[in-house]
Order: sequence, then C-alpha cells, then structure tokens
Amino acid sequence: MTLVYLHTSNGMSKSAFEAVTYAKKLGNEVIVLTAGNADANTLATLGSFGAQKVIVNRAIDGSDEQQVSTWVCNHAANAENILFLHDVAGKAIAPRVSVRLKAGLVAGAVALPEMDQTIKVNVFSGKAFGFVKVNSQKRIISLLANSIAPEKIAEVCPVEEVNETIESSGIKILSTKKPEGNIPLPEAELVVSAGRGLKGPENWGIIDDLASALGAATACSRPVSDIGWRPHHEHVGQTGIAIRPNLYIAIGISGAIQHLAGVNGSKVIVVVNTDKEAPFFKAADYGVLGDAFEVIPRLTEAVKRFKLNQ
Amino acid sequence: MKTLVCISKAPDTTSKIAFTNNNTAFDEAGVQYIVNPYDEWYALVRALEIKESVGGEVTIVTVGPNEDDAIMRKALAIGADKAVRIDANPKDAYFVATQIATYAKTIGFDMVLTGKETINYNGSQVAGMIAESLGFPLISLASKLDVEGTTLTLEREAANGVEVVSVNAPIVVSCAKGMAEQRIPNMRGIMAARTKPLEVIPPAACDDLTTFATFGSPLAKSEVKMIDPNNMDELVALLHNEAKVI
Repeated sequence: MTLVYLHTSNGMSKSAFEAVTYAKKLGNEVIVLTAGNADANTLATLGSFGAQKVIVNRAIDGSDEQQVSTWVCNHAANAENILFLHDVAGKAIAPRVSVRLKAGLVAGAVALPEMDQTIKVNVFSGKAFGFVKVNSQKRIISLLANSIAPEKIAEVCPVEEVNETIESSGIKILSTKKPEGNIPLPEAELVVSAGRGLKGPENWGIIDDLASALGAATACSRPVSDIGWRPHHEHVGQTGIAIRPNLYIAIGISGAIQHLAGVNGSKVIVVVNTDKEAPFFKAADYGVLGDAFEVIPRLTEAVKRFKLNQ
Repeated sequence: MKTLVCISKAPDTTSKIAFTNNNTAFDEAGVQYIVNPYDEWYALVRALEIKESVGGEVTIVTVGPNEDDAIMRKALAIGADKAVRIDANPKDAYFVATQIATYAKTIGFDMVLTGKETINYNGSQVAGMIAESLGFPLISLASKLDVEGTTLTLEREAANGVEVVSVNAPIVVSCAKGMAEQRIPNMRGIMAARTKPLEVIPPAACDDLTTFATFGSPLAKSEVKMIDPNNMDELVALLHNEAKVI
C-alpha cells in the first residue's frame, strides 16, 4: 500500500493531484491521509487520480507537524511507500516520519523510480542530479511540485472521516500574515521576475501588469529584495527560494550564478535585458535584447491579444 | 540560552560540479569549501545575536573528516564559543542527524539551529530528523526568532503565508532568509578562533537508510533564440506553439 499525506487546509492544489498520480504509478493501492476541515466532496475528487480512499482526521487541523507525523506513523504499519510533497508541510513531517519508522527518505524526488528502484533528485542547487537508493523496507518520498503531470483515471473515491486526537507539540500559532501576491511563488507555473534593471520600486507596475495578463506570480533578484524594493519572500536564488515553474521570465536580471541556482529547474526561461553580455542569456531559451520599459508593455499587450483569441 | 548550531560545508558557488568514481562520488578536486550559507548567515549569526542580548553559549557542531576543521575555524572566527567535530564521513541526512542528536543528548541544549538546507544536497531533512530524535518541537523554515526567558517567538513559512508562533525551549529551528544579516569575521575574531576549543568525538553506530547510487549533470541548454524586441507577438506565439507553456 502507498500512503500519501496531503495538507489540504488551504484548498486542493494541483500538486496534490500530482502526488496522487505519482503514488498510483508506484503500483500499489493508494490511501490518502489528510487533516483539517476540507470539504468531503472536494477530497473525494482525489479518487479521480487513483486514490482508493481518503481518510480525513477532523480532530487535528494539520498545522502541527509533530502531531501529523505521529498520526501518519499510526497508519503506516502496512505501507510500503509513504509519500509527501516536498513543500512546507512535507519538509517538516517527512524527516520525522523517517526517523520514527527508521525508513529511508528520498527528499525532493523529481521523477518516478527507475528500473533499479533508485529515485532521481536534484542536487547542488540544480546544477546536477543524483539517484537515491533506499536501503530500508519502507520507503519515504517527498515529491517536488511540477515533476509529474496529473492524470485523471477514475471517478471520486470514498472519504472516511475520523476523529483521532493526538498529543500536540506545544507550538502555539499567534497569527498568520497572508502573502501579498495572489499566487504563492513556490507553486506558480508562470513567474515574472525582475531585478535592478528596473531602476526603482516605483517601476514595478509594468511587471505587475505582465504578471496579471499572464496569470503569473512575481519574483525578484537578491539585490532588489536586499535594498527593500520588493519583499523578501519574492527573492528567488541560492539564498532565497528555489522555484521550477513552466515559464520564468527574467527582466533586468544579469543572471549571476547564485540567481541561476534558484531558477535553473524552470522548464522555459525568457530573458529580457539591455546588455547582450548578460550571463543569463546563456541559460535562456528565448532572449530579447532591449529596454524593459519598452519591451515589457509591448509583451503585455501581445499576451492580452493572445488571450482574447483563445 | 545554550545553543547548538549545526554546520555543514558546501562547495563555493562558483565551484565546478563534477563527479568521479563512475559518477558515484562528488569530485572534490580544486573545490573550495565554504560554510553552508544558510548555516552561517542565518543560523549561526542569529544564535550569536541572541547570546549577545540574553547571554548563554554558542557551540557549533559538524559531522566530517579532519579537513573540515578549516570550516569550523571559519565559523569560530565569526564568534561561536566552541566547536565539536564528529569524526566521520557524512553518509546521508539520517546519519548526520543521528550523530548530532546523539551528541546533543549528552550535553542538553535549549536550542538547536540549522540552516534550512545545504546548497549541495538541498534535502531540508536534518533539522526535522534531529527534532524527532530529541523529541523536540521543530520550527521549520523560520525567518525570525526572538527569545524572552524560555519562551521563543518565531516567524515561519506556512502554506498560507507567514505564521507567528510561540513555543517553549527546548526546540529545533531550521533557519531561512530574514533571520540575520551576514557577518564578516574581523581580525580579532580570526585570531581568537585559533585558540578556541575544537573537540573531536567518535561517531555513534548508525544504519544507512539511503545511498546515492549515481550522479549526473544536466544536458547543456540549446542555444538561446533571440526575438526582435519590436515583435512580442512572435515571442507569445513561440511560448504557445513551440514551448507550450502558455
């Protein structure tokens, strides 16, 4: 049996469907565990991607990762594989489950197991990859978002609602600051990112316009977040966050190696820069040599025309 | 606060990433090692700031061979009080976490800080594994940490934004951007680091839960396709028809 834990308190993301698809392709029966008050009808849709059953624990809300770890371990006796997403929740829960069950963890899997059962992960901040072999009976995998396409193969599945109380970790949540952008950056499929080439925070309007025309999230380079033009959570790169969207549009970013380390997992990279020597062009699929203040509004209009004709 | 900061070495960002032994091991030839930036800039510097404001002691620990003493001296130069090196080649995250947790149990720390991940293996596993081994709460991906008595207030990344949380020591924290600013060691720090204690202890017995079977390097990107800046419709068409991303 493959056990999948999903954090569903903030709705069902596409990566949840990816995780269930991945679990199904491992070959065994798939049981999904989740906590909190997600609507049962919504949870039932996980059946379409191959889940046999969803068990939702209404007694815990999923915000306490220690509690979730205990709960997952309580259900893991017959599981050969235990799958998490390599996201905020998975990064805190999977290592605990690994220690508790003494089961090897493949952190940040980007593909299904190979013939020899090793699993591919990115290493050296995306500059290389490795194949991890698990030496224990049980195998724990945390899957990086955007690594597999969700496949609808069936209809809804039953949802079992349980009330299993678990001792809490003692962490008290005092408040939550919601992010300003509409689309959380780590999950975004399309990202528009800008750097010092924009010359000042007052010029971000053209970036926001392009992002909203595309339905993309916004990001920035390190210097821009360091000098306070943009919030820290938008900083992608070696010391910020690493993302791997389908499309990354880099505007006025030279492409230092530290920045590339955070975005080199992107499927397609478009670079707009006035400097033809900018190193980013070497990592790009498409390049535009030109002034962002002229090119970007033009691109935004072109995207709008394209959307109208769709 | 008695604080333990976990330090890992990482290749300098400009290092060439290559593999040896039939692609089963990282090729260290010519590689310059640095303190993993998350461990240094965020975990260690914040630990020092807390010590400076409320008192206490900062110990740094690593799992690694002889050569890693150089990295520990660098971290001591930034201001840690003492260093411990667990004398073993780190095999995987579970091995490292088991070694550090075993050591931490013998001393008893109020806080164990790690960087949110290393820039070489990017697994983000060690903090959670230490927390489980010690039975401590884990604050994962924290960007802020304040101490008042034994109560700690932190900000951490959450699925729906940033959460402000409070918890009592002892805890484990994995540190991300926002925690602190980088500190450059001064001459006095570098001189003092030479005489600070660096204890070497033997590793504990531990199973190998995972192994890297092989490594590889991504294929080189094909040549960039340049688009006329006056023809953004062409770019949009290519993104739709050729790249199929919009």
